[in-house]
Amino acid sequence: MAKNLKKYRADFPILKQLVNDEPLIYFDNAATVQKPQVVIDTISHYYEHDNANVHRGVHTLAERATEQFEATRQLVADFIHSKSADEILFTKGTTESLNLVAQGFAQNRLKPGDEILISIMEHHSNLVPWQQVAQKTGAKLVYVGLTDDGRLDINDARQKMTGKTKIVSLTQISNVLGSITPIKELTRMAHHIGAIVICDGAQSVPNMPIDVRDLDVDFFAFSGHKMGAATGIGVLYGKNTYLNDMQPLEFGGEMIDFVEEQRSTFKEVPWKFEAGTPNIEGVISLGATINYLKEVGMVNIHAHEQVLVADLIPMLKAIPGVVVYGPTDIEQRSGVISFNLVNLHPHDVATALDMQGIAVRAGHHCAQPLMKRMGVSSTVRISLYLYNTLEENQKFIEALIATKEFFKNGTI
Amino acid sequence: MGLSKLDNLYRQVILEHATHPHHHGSLDDSEKTIELRNPTCGDVLKVELIMANDKVQKVAFSGTGCTISQASASMMTDEIIGKSKEEIEEMVTIFSEMVMGQEIDDDLLGEAAILEGVAQFPARIKCATLAWKAAYQAVNLEN
Repeated sequence: MAKNLKKYRADFPILKQLVNDEPLIYFDNAATVQKPQVVIDTISHYYEHDNANVHRGVHTLAERATEQFEATRQLVADFIHSKSADEILFTKGTTESLNLVAQGFAQNRLKPGDEILISIMEHHSNLVPWQQVAQKTGAKLVYVGLTDDGRLDINDARQKMTGKTKIVSLTQISNVLGSITPIKELTRMAHHIGAIVICDGAQSVPNMPIDVRDLDVDFFAFSGHKMGAATGIGVLYGKNTYLNDMQPLEFGGEMIDFVEEQRSTFKEVPWKFEAGTPNIEGVISLGATINYLKEVGMVNIHAHEQVLVADLIPMLKAIPGVVVYGPTDIEQRSGVISFNLVNLHPHDVATALDMQGIAVRAGHHCAQPLMKRMGVSSTVRISLYLYNTLEENQKFIEALIATKEFFKNGTI
Repeated sequence: MGLSKLDNLYRQVILEHATHPHHHGSLDDSEKTIELRNPTCGDVLKVELIMANDKVQKVAFSGTGCTISQASASMMTDEIIGKSKEEIEEMVTIFSEMVMGQEIDDDLLGEAAILEGVAQFPARIKCATLAWKAAYQAVNLEN
């Protein structure tokens, strides 16, 4: 039996407000999650007591800042079960992490005729960087398709992994369909043919336990703000051997060892990838977030979301005219649900829900090739987190029915 | 508040335009065609025009979109027929100002002035202006 997470909701001050005169129901967690008080306090405390630049200066504040900064690297390593902290790079977010692997690592290895394998449900951040690398190297970008219920098609992946496949880059959880991809199995298949595996964990790290060594992926990218940390901080995990092969994309302060007039030497991994003054408050907020999530328990968060989704999907499907996308098997989903109301545009649905205090996302969710494959231009997306409740589910369903009534004759 | 505020945005006449849009379709002999995309939702809107004696003689729009973008496009096509390039440019400017919440002289906009309620919904301004931007670009195309 999973732990009841009800008491944790009080930790999120932003949720205690009215929006359009209704209690806020925040169902847009796949975009970004709200921050617990302890994270907000940690950022304030850092600026009130410890603010200094890291990795330089011998004064006390600089030491405190550096210590918290580097302690977070170890916290991240432990959180995703990497072997050591020097496999953890701090970036701006998943997008920068994936661009770094694409341009700093893959681009130097790929030759014309090589293939990069991604899936059709990738977020643009795990798609456009590969398009760019493909264009620059003459490699071919190949897409794994989906099953009818919106899961990655393992058989299609197996067929498309050939001797030409050098890079396999897949999302662990679709930000549109909520489907969970069996990364471990796919990684084994990809390694069997000698490909490097990159995993986009933007939607998985906040919602389930992650063990990068068990998955055996070669690189793993995620963002802090989707877990509870500040925006502008993310992580790239990479196996040591591959990080040593990767080239930095930015040069300057912090990342150098010695600088002469005509040449320079760089620091060791991971610091050679962190040029310039980093997002120190972001890193420290990530540390506070990880400590908070550890207390709640990642297993509990995942279980809680599955309870919410199992409650919500049948209620959604019971409304005539609602089409729910993604896996029917709850076990294969996270807390993301995309749907449409027939004859009603997602933007109209989202505006009507907002008037009832409910924040959802409407649009293409940065996954236009997936939308095209699904035959829609956009969807309404709800995405749940540890603080959402069954009561909110109920209110949401009532609000959706009211929305449908408001537009009862359809508008398209 | 619930859905009462929605009435300010989705007035009956707007819903009617969205359900039964005017000049929806395409022109076989279009002289000026512009296709624009709403980047937030991916919707595509196409506007086609034929000018005669420096005025819009025929207009059509196609593509899918939300209630606001479809109603706005429908109203736009009603209002620009018989107007010159300069008049349309002015109308588009005034329309944009109106949905951004500025005080405007709405006589020029005809029925489309009812879309002023969009100003209370900033996230939807792009939906309302898409068709008007397309019209602006279309009249400025060289044949």
